[in-house]
Amino acid sequence: METYTIIVLLLAATIRVATPLLLAALAGLFSERAGVIDLGLEGKMLGAAFAAAAVSAVTGSAWLGLGAAILTGAALALLIGFACITHRGNQVVAGMAVTIMVVGLAPSLALAWFGLGGQTPQLAAAGQRFTALPWPWADAARETPFPGLLYAELLGGHNLVVYLAAALVPASAWVLYRTRFGMRLRAVGENPHAVESAGVPVNALRYRAVLISGVLCGVAGAYLSTAANAGFVRDMTAGKGYLALAALIFGKWRPGPTLGACLLFAFTDAAAARMQGVALPLVGVVPVQFILALPYVLTVLLLAGFVGRAVPPKALGMPYAKER
Amino acid sequence: MNAAPPAPVPALELRGIDKRFGPVHANRAVSFAVRAGTVHGLIGENGAGKSTLMNIVYGLQPPDAGAIFVHGREVRLRHPHEALAAGIGMVHQHFMLVDTFTVLENLLLGDPDAQHVATGRAAAREKWARLAGEQGLEVPLDAVVGELPVGVQQRVEILKALGRKAEILILDEPTAVLTPAEATQLFHLLARLRAQGKTVLLVTHKLREIMAVTDRGTVMRQGAVVAELDTARTSPPELAEKMVGRSVLLRVEKGPSRPGKVLLEAAQLAVADDRGVPRVKGVSFQVRAGEIVGIAGVAGNGQSALLEALAGIRAPTAGTIRIAGQADLGADPAQRRRLGLSHVPEDRLRIGVVTAFAAEDNLILGQQERPEFSRRGLLDRRALTENCRRAMAEYDLRPPDPRLRLGAFSGGNQQKLVLAREIEAGPRVLLVGQPTRGVDIGAIEFIHRRLVALRDAGKAVLLVSVELDEILGLADRILVMAGGEIMGELPRAEATEEKLGLLMAGVRTEGGA
Repeated sequence: METYTIIVLLLAATIRVATPLLLAALAGLFSERAGVIDLGLEGKMLGAAFAAAAVSAVTGSAWLGLGAAILTGAALALLIGFACITHRGNQVVAGMAVTIMVVGLAPSLALAWFGLGGQTPQLAAAGQRFTALPWPWADAARETPFPGLLYAELLGGHNLVVYLAAALVPASAWVLYRTRFGMRLRAVGENPHAVESAGVPVNALRYRAVLISGVLCGVAGAYLSTAANAGFVRDMTAGKGYLALAALIFGKWRPGPTLGACLLFAFTDAAAARMQGVALPLVGVVPVQFILALPYVLTVLLLAGFVGRAVPPKALGMPYAKER
Repeated sequence: MNAAPPAPVPALELRGIDKRFGPVHANRAVSFAVRAGTVHGLIGENGAGKSTLMNIVYGLQPPDAGAIFVHGREVRLRHPHEALAAGIGMVHQHFMLVDTFTVLENLLLGDPDAQHVATGRAAAREKWARLAGEQGLEVPLDAVVGELPVGVQQRVEILKALGRKAEILILDEPTAVLTPAEATQLFHLLARLRAQGKTVLLVTHKLREIMAVTDRGTVMRQGAVVAELDTARTSPPELAEKMVGRSVLLRVEKGPSRPGKVLLEAAQLAVADDRGVPRVKGVSFQVRAGEIVGIAGVAGNGQSALLEALAGIRAPTAGTIRIAGQADLGADPAQRRRLGLSHVPEDRLRIGVVTAFAAEDNLILGQQERPEFSRRGLLDRRALTENCRRAMAEYDLRPPDPRLRLGAFSGGNQQKLVLAREIEAGPRVLLVGQPTRGVDIGAIEFIHRRLVALRDAGKAVLLVSVELDEILGLADRILVMAGGEIMGELPRAEATEEKLGLLMAGVRTEGGA
């Protein structure tokens, strides 16, 4: 294959890998901008992935699966909210607890219901998965490298959730910076006392933010099990929730830069997959373990120094109590 | 028509407000009325229950019992939006502003008219600019709040309350962060609001403010109302007596100072904070044995960084510090102590004490290696208790229980303990930061007498305080800091509030240092 084709396919893979990361990062964005640390991303996504695959397998409808995933994400988010907002519990502990719970619960339920060793059945039937949307003339366009291949592989060739995630970036920015709800949400993450004093209930705002996070995690989970893959497998989020959190910090809690961070992480991931077994000039074949570790090494390096100081929302992680 | 005219309905009336926090009885059946169109003072010492009461009135805390009436109608205040709806606005001691937002965004935050920020912005800008103009509260609408001086931030807070159509405006310790000139401006504003028919409730512990602006006052002590009075018919000593429950000496009695040799010297000292922002910019001064040098200034003008550098907690970026003739000191508090420097820090809860430790343990922090307290790395518990018992008697610490956790003591007693520890270390130089912050009047009197006694014993005392009265009452020489620089120096005899106020505002006078 010529280099041009490789690059186009690599970028297309980047977009597919970036989608769940981006959805989870935007989920975290809403929660953290409201002052609630979102360490439950991983758990909410995993729970949603299981719900989507299970419901889709039983009903045969990817859409019902998506609905179940969103409900699951929202329910887990409310659980975190109940612990952190109503009872002012430690946000890190609550998020981790939900994640650990789901890591154990999802495969157990899968085993009990489907008896397939902690997986859901393969989603093979039509309508059980979100498949690539048919773009007009895509097959014909693929024949001409430029701009046809770009059109067919990069712009087209993705499923609905990918486009939804892309649209959510400007939409999130609009909500955060252009609506009264968004302004209050940002204020509540900076100084909840000011918001309460201005006559706006803090807890209701934080619940809404946490709920948005749950819904977005639901979509991300559904993408993993019913779009990118064909079914749920044990630990299928594989740390994506934490990587999303890293992307959020790297993106300084802003939608645009967070998108950039997600694309960067996804690119290293896609590139790593491509580089396996490929002999590079000078170094020869790089061990596969090293390549697989690359995205994480990059994360550590980026967060350690190359980003500059990321200033988190001032009230992040602080339970809110009316009285001082 | 021979009946007496009915008494006017008060703007705000509290009846039997009661509130407990565990064992603390913060408000004991508090009842008082605020007449409409007046400036009413609520005065009391720190811990008298004023802030709790105001938080109840603003809906931030529910009372255990009691009722609140606004213009004669009973109101239920369980949340700030209910208070706002009842026409009550509040300017908190710690401003309720989002530092990273612009002034306009902060004003919009609670504004029910602002549905969409994008479409509402232009209309809101016009509305708030007009209101600001009407009230003479000029604020830069597009400036980021965190970058504004506190005086301007306070104007934003007041504007915010007025924009919500507050008829009753509560101000909680509003002058704590203002220069004297800004405070005067604020008082003019309060008088203007009164002229417009609004009712102002001014919460303060400063007698001077009560005398200067209020029509009537309510005095609180230990959670209960102890007096109601007409300002015109009272005096500062009477007010102080009501606040404390006994007569207090408002003025420190002291003779002339007899300065000896220089014990503490700073030359071209520059200090930066944790973020590298310069806080002290080339400051030089000397403190001699047998004198108290006061550093006056509005909070946040470099005093904290200066104290930390002098105490060896923070390394200066330039310049030298000389203690008892020794220069070239590292940032090493232990070394300073060996040279005879003691330090009563500004923020005792952060760096002065460990509230979870017993009083007797707090009393030897930093001195635990002295042979009378420990041998071969083991503490002599009996000596610690004995040491604490002695200090408690001498410094009138209550309750006199050496084993009691320090957090259970009042602010005044905690501060007396810190003072006892630092004085008993036998210093030649004493650095004191905000010695009476969060301290009741009774303890203030005691602390001030101790500092003067230390001076008379030939020690050098550097006093940093934002309380102008404290500086004027104690210091023999006064330096004024503004913007990280020393704006001028005045001997006590020449210092007046006006002169100091100008220097605090950053106006340099000729003939200063």
